[in-house]
Amino acid sequence: MTVLHIDGLTMHFSGLSALEGFNTRLADGGLTALIGPNGAGKTTVFNLVSGFYQPTAGSISFLDRPLAGLKPHQVTARGIARTFQNIRLWKDMTVLDNLRLARHHRLGYGITDVFRRGGRYRRGEDGIEAEAMELLETFKLTAAAYERPKNLPYGVQRKVELARALISRPRLLLLDEPAAGLTSRDVVELIDLIRWIHETFRLTIWMIEHQMKVVMNLCSRITVIDFGRIIAEGTPEEIRNDPEVIRAYLGDDKL
Amino acid sequence: MPTTRIPPRQRLTLPLLLAALLAGIMALAYFEVIDLYIQTIILFIGINIIISSSLNLVNGHMGEFSCGHAGFVAVGAYVSSVITVALFTSDRVFGPPLLPPQLAPLGFPLALLAGGAAAAVAGLLVALPSFRTRGDYLAIITIAANYIIITTVINIDTIGGARGFMGMKRVIFAMEEVAEIPWMVLWVFTFTILSLIAIRRFVSSTYGKGIIAIQQDEVAAEMMGVNTNRIKLVAFMLSSGLAGIAGGLYAHVIGYVNPKSFDILKSTEAMVMVYLGGMGSISGAVLSAILFTLLLEALRPLQIIKWIVIPLLLIILMQFRPEGIMGNRELTDIFPRLKKLHRFK
Repeated sequence: MTVLHIDGLTMHFSGLSALEGFNTRLADGGLTALIGPNGAGKTTVFNLVSGFYQPTAGSISFLDRPLAGLKPHQVTARGIARTFQNIRLWKDMTVLDNLRLARHHRLGYGITDVFRRGGRYRRGEDGIEAEAMELLETFKLTAAAYERPKNLPYGVQRKVELARALISRPRLLLLDEPAAGLTSRDVVELIDLIRWIHETFRLTIWMIEHQMKVVMNLCSRITVIDFGRIIAEGTPEEIRNDPEVIRAYLGDDKL
Repeated sequence: MPTTRIPPRQRLTLPLLLAALLAGIMALAYFEVIDLYIQTIILFIGINIIISSSLNLVNGHMGEFSCGHAGFVAVGAYVSSVITVALFTSDRVFGPPLLPPQLAPLGFPLALLAGGAAAAVAGLLVALPSFRTRGDYLAIITIAANYIIITTVINIDTIGGARGFMGMKRVIFAMEEVAEIPWMVLWVFTFTILSLIAIRRFVSSTYGKGIIAIQQDEVAAEMMGVNTNRIKLVAFMLSSGLAGIAGGLYAHVIGYVNPKSFDILKSTEAMVMVYLGGMGSISGAVLSAILFTLLLEALRPLQIIKWIVIPLLLIILMQFRPEGIMGNRELTDIFPRLKKLHRFK
C-alpha cells in the first residue's frame, strides 16, 4: 500500500525553479531517504508535503486523499509529523509542555471548557499529560520533563523533537537532517533510535540526511535529487554505484 | 516541578483573603473612612489591572505588538454607557428609562458584558489582519484600529461626538436608590478578579498555551498541529473583550467619557504597564498596574511635566531592566511559599 504518492510536484519561487516534476511513492512501513547536494530542493519537498508551501503544479496524496489546499496544522491532523533541520522546539517552555502542545489538534475539549474547567477539561488535560509522560519515559527523558529545551544538550534536544513529533500519532514521519550537528557518538545512538522508533511505532519514515552512514545503515530505498530534479532512485547498493550520483553528490574518491 | 506536590483539595485561603479585602474596602468606603479621591484611585487600580493584564495576553504571552489597546477600551466604555443610560435613566437624547431604574444593579453587569462583547468584535479589526501580518506591520494596523474607533466615535453625534458622553453618574444613583452601598467598588473588584481568572485559565491550559508557542516559534506551532489562526482570533478577541469591560467600568467610575481619553496616549500607558511588569507575567501585569496608578497620582503635582518623567522612567527601565519587574516569571515562581495560599489551576 502506498502511504504517500507525489506526482509531478513543481515549485517555483517568483521565477526561480526549486523543484521540477518530482515523483515518488512511499510504501507503507518503509524507511526511505531523500539525498542530494545543498540547495537541491530536499527541504522544499518536505515543506510542500507538510503544507507550508502550496505547490506551483503537481499533486500530493496521503493515504489516497489529496493534501492540496490544506494548512500545515490540518496536514498534521491527517497523520504527517516532522522534525526540522535546525531544531525548532519551543525553547522557553518545558519539555512536557512542548509535547502537550503537539497534541493541540486533538485536545478532547473546547474553548468554553478552558474557562469552565469541568470534567471534560480535566479528562482532556490528564489524558494529554499521561500520554506525554509515557512517551517521555519510553524516550528515557522523564528527568528532563520540567526542563526547558534551551538548557538541554543538543543531542537531547533532538530526542525531544522526535518525541514531540510522535505524540501526534503520525502514520508518516518526516525527518529533516536528524543527524545534523550531532557528535559521532550521538549519530550511532540516533541510528539505533530511529530504527527503534520505526519498529515500535510502526510508521513510515522519510528522511533527508547528508551523513551517508545514517542513510546506508537505515534506509532500504534512496531518492537522489539535484537542481530540483530526481537524478536517481533505488536501493543503497544501486545508489552507491550510480555514476550520476557519484558525479553530483557522493564524489569520486579517485579524483 | 515534582518537588512541590500540589495538594489534592482546592485551598480556600486566597478566595477568603480576596473576600475580606473586598469587604474591607467596601466598609471603609461605606463609613467614609476613605474619601472619594482615595476610592477613585483604588478603582483605577482595578481598571488598570484589567487593561494591563489583557494587553499582556497579546504583547506578552503571544509576543505580538499591539499599540492600540485604548481603542477597545473605548468601544466597551461607549457601548456599556449607552446601554445603561438608555435603559435606566431619563436622558436628553435617549428619553425616559426603558426599564425600571430599580433593575440597574442587575442590568449593570450585563451591560458591562455587552460592552466587552462589542469590544471583542471590534478586536476582529486587528485579529483578522494578524493572519497574514505580524511584528511591526501588525503594530501599525493596531494603531490604525485605534484611530478608526476614535474617529468613528467622534462622528456619531447621538453619543456626543467630540464633546463626549455623560449621564453614567445617574446610573450609579439609580443603583444607590436600590441599596446604599459603594456599588462601583463591588463591580470593579468583581470584574478585576473574574478577568484575572479568565486570563489565568486561558494561558495555563494546553489550548491557550498555543499563543506561547506562537510567541516562541510560530512556524513550528502551525507545523506541529496548532491552528494558529484560530488561536490568534481567540486571543485577540479575549484581550480586546476584557479591555472593553475595563472601559465600561472606567466610564461609570468617571461618569463621563470623551473620545480623547482613549487616544494613543492611553494605549501608551497600557503598554508602559505591560513592559514595566514583565512580558507574559500575570502577576507582573498586576503589580505594574498598581505601581503605575500610584505613580501617576504621586506625580500629579508635576502636571504636564509628569509626561516627561514617566517616559524617562521607561527609558531608564529599558536600559537597566529590559525584562520588566517580573520578567516572564510569576510571583509564585519567586516566592514558592505563596503556592500554599491557593492551588492555581
